Amino acid sequence: MASYKLKINKVDHTVEADPKIPLLWVIRDMIGLTGTKYGCGIAQCGACTVHLDGTPIRSCSVPISVAANKNITTIEGLSEDNSHPIQQAWIAEQVPQCGYCQSGQIMAATALLKKNPNPTDKDIDSAMQGHICRCGTYPRIRKAIKTASHLMAQKSSTK
Amino acid sequence: METQKNISRRNFMKLSGLTGTALTLGFYFPAQASEIGVITAEAAETLGIDLNAWISIDTTGKVTITNHRSEMGQGSWQSVPQIIAEELEVDLNTVHIVFAQGNNAKYGSQVTGGSSTVRGTYKKLLHLSATAREMLLEAAANKWKVPKEECFAENGHINHKPTGKKLHYGELVQEASKLEPPKAVKLKLIADYKILRKPLPRQDTPMKTNGTAIFGLDKKLPGMLYAVVERNPRFQGKVKSFDDTETKKVPGVKHVIAIKMSVFATFREGVAVVADNLWAAMQGRKVLKVEWDDSGFDHLSTDELYNRMNDDLKTKEGLSFRTKGNFASALDKSEKKLEAVYETPYESHSCMEPLNCTAHYQDDKLEIWGPIQGPDWVQDFLSPLMGLPKEKIIVNMTFLGGGFGRKAFMDYPHEAAVISKEVKAPVQVMWTREDDTTQGPFRPGMVYQCSGGVKDGRIAAFKAKIAGQDMDHQWPGAQKDSYLNSTTEGFLEPYFDGISHYSFSDVPLDVPIPVMWWRSVYASTNGFAFESFIDELAVEAGKDPLDFRRQHLGEERYQHLINKLEEVSGWKSRKKNEGYGVAITECFSSIVGEVVKVSKTADGKIKIDKVWAVMDCGWYVNPDIIKGQVEGSIIMALGAATIHATHFMDGKAVEQNFNTYKMPRITDSPEIEVHIVDNEEKAGGVGEPGLPPFTPALTNAIFDLTGTRIRKLPFNLDTV
Repeated sequence: MASYKLKINKVDHTVEADPKIPLLWVIRDMIGLTGTKYGCGIAQCGACTVHLDGTPIRSCSVPISVAANKNITTIEGLSEDNSHPIQQAWIAEQVPQCGYCQSGQIMAATALLKKNPNPTDKDIDSAMQGHICRCGTYPRIRKAIKTASHLMAQKSSTK
Repeated sequence: METQKNISRRNFMKLSGLTGTALTLGFYFPAQASEIGVITAEAAETLGIDLNAWISIDTTGKVTITNHRSEMGQGSWQSVPQIIAEELEVDLNTVHIVFAQGNNAKYGSQVTGGSSTVRGTYKKLLHLSATAREMLLEAAANKWKVPKEECFAENGHINHKPTGKKLHYGELVQEASKLEPPKAVKLKLIADYKILRKPLPRQDTPMKTNGTAIFGLDKKLPGMLYAVVERNPRFQGKVKSFDDTETKKVPGVKHVIAIKMSVFATFREGVAVVADNLWAAMQGRKVLKVEWDDSGFDHLSTDELYNRMNDDLKTKEGLSFRTKGNFASALDKSEKKLEAVYETPYESHSCMEPLNCTAHYQDDKLEIWGPIQGPDWVQDFLSPLMGLPKEKIIVNMTFLGGGFGRKAFMDYPHEAAVISKEVKAPVQVMWTREDDTTQGPFRPGMVYQCSGGVKDGRIAAFKAKIAGQDMDHQWPGAQKDSYLNSTTEGFLEPYFDGISHYSFSDVPLDVPIPVMWWRSVYASTNGFAFESFIDELAVEAGKDPLDFRRQHLGEERYQHLINKLEEVSGWKSRKKNEGYGVAITECFSSIVGEVVKVSKTADGKIKIDKVWAVMDCGWYVNPDIIKGQVEGSIIMALGAATIHATHFMDGKAVEQNFNTYKMPRITDSPEIEVHIVDNEEKAGGVGEPGLPPFTPALTNAIFDLTGTRIRKLPFNLDTV
């Protein structure tokens, strides 16, 4: 056991934990933010994706010792009121079915658009191919990322 | 999201935090009548009738509905309110939904399976909401002392046409609740629908884009412990002994106990590691040493299973399911004869939310929370196993992170209940992805032997023998000499008129691998065999595959669907170097036709350019949900056709996680265009029927392009 300082969604937390415990279980079971999901535990499905200093990572495979003292953003940190353009686009295109994988999909899409505000189909496919959706919402994910890209462009032009 | 146990008017008021009164209407099932009655909560309380409450309007005009079905992505969370809002004349946003608890005496069957949520209940829901509307109209007319005919309902208000007066529903519920519900109500014409058949956004979407939707694994209870279970990887194996010395050294581990849970006619045994957090339980499990007893049953492999099925097809006639005419002599007289064997694999459901269940056993009462497709089934099943009367078992549904049939099975709630009882605390049991992928129940792998003949450009004789496990044969005392009810599932009914000589039989495979419904059940594999063989017969007959189907499927509904498929897919104007394939199947009262277009890439791989689907599900609620369900069904079919399969070796499942049981990804996802047929036929299913036609349409398209017939799944698109 060791003591770690975590900054999750701009809030500071101190937790006592096994250095090997994956960030996923810290976020879900110790901090109580359950929007981030367990899917496979081996970084294959992307359901547990959060941002570590802005970069999407698989929280099931990153130990707390690596994540400590860095900025962590989870789905709850995107916006509570669904006002983030990605969330708006996800609602506009009615992406989720069961919804279980969507936190991870949304976090990956957010990171993509931050880096590349105008992604092509190919860019979208390569950024999102690590994320499994068993309901098969892929066609709508593609659409929603483009919609979000437009929304973000509109937003920045009206600023 | 959870509701009180007895959903009476009083509890509805408690739920909505009201002190006033409400109009609560529900169904009741009169003991000796075939008709279902509508009754107010007041009358039900007076008469002591257990009200099957669906709908309650409070004094603020807020409408509360109990959703008796689970929400696993298919949209019942949206469909049920959308039906009610239409006839009740309210804004969908004023409708508040709560998940019902398991109680089949109240709700009838709650098992969310067979794509039945809408098709099984829409008439009752329409009737109930129209009844509430009529009572509100009557209450307003009485209040204003005007004829009811001068009043109309709109957007949560009753209006008086001549004077323009209007009253909010909330102002009328007190009076309305005292009225006798009308015996007969007039339902709207489809042409007058304002909410039904409109692509309204799902109300559960915002909860699924900000992380607030509560799935089974998100359930937390005070003092809750977490468990993972090391189960015998062989389905019938037992625990001989275990050594928990190292496990107990892991900080947080509280209990290590041998357990067993009921799986059909047998028990699955394992050792549960229970800890105060999930990570500790998983760490404790890693160092647990278990010795298994694997004697007394076959340790099967995939090769043995398929050899057995193929041998059975050669040597046994099987149990006859449906026959007409004289197949043998008709085949004899055919101009061209054909025989083909099709093979489909075992599959895991692999819901994105792995199985899990939270249980709290206390003082001879059991409460369960989880992603559960059939809460009333869990009550029925656990009652004898736990020695509790049904009413002492409370089952709460959370959102389901996928279900696909797997979460209608009761083994995982049983396991959670057993562990909670043993450790005397609320417990959440999580199956790791490996547990979820390897433990089943699986979709059964099936082998089909089809033979047939064509004469004068038509099918003269058709025979299908089906080998594989029968799900119904797994229950204790099952009659194993009975045929598989689902032998012809997916096959189109008009073929039985259009073909004069046919024979369907099945050769059940009796092996102890647990199998269960997998999205579209037997149609998911039958569709591939039957629609491939129809296509092969079309080629033998020298006919265009779409015309060949048109010729055999005489009914107008099918003709319309075929015409629509032809039109939207550009079937007739297809170009060279493009392969087109078609397949049409029917299951859960919906007919779906799909056309797949394929081409070859420069490096010789098959590329799926586009999929067109035409869905005829009769009366429907929300076209956007239907489109989403068909898109998802196609992608799920694509995975089972070209990417994943479960294999067995030495009695154990081989593929364990998404690194070997690979899933379709966004990069595999083709362009999909879905069309919905507008008609007034009875409502059919939506969640499953889009799946079966995809695979045969794909393999038929590949044949069209390359001349290669694919008769065994899964196959690799890169190496056809």
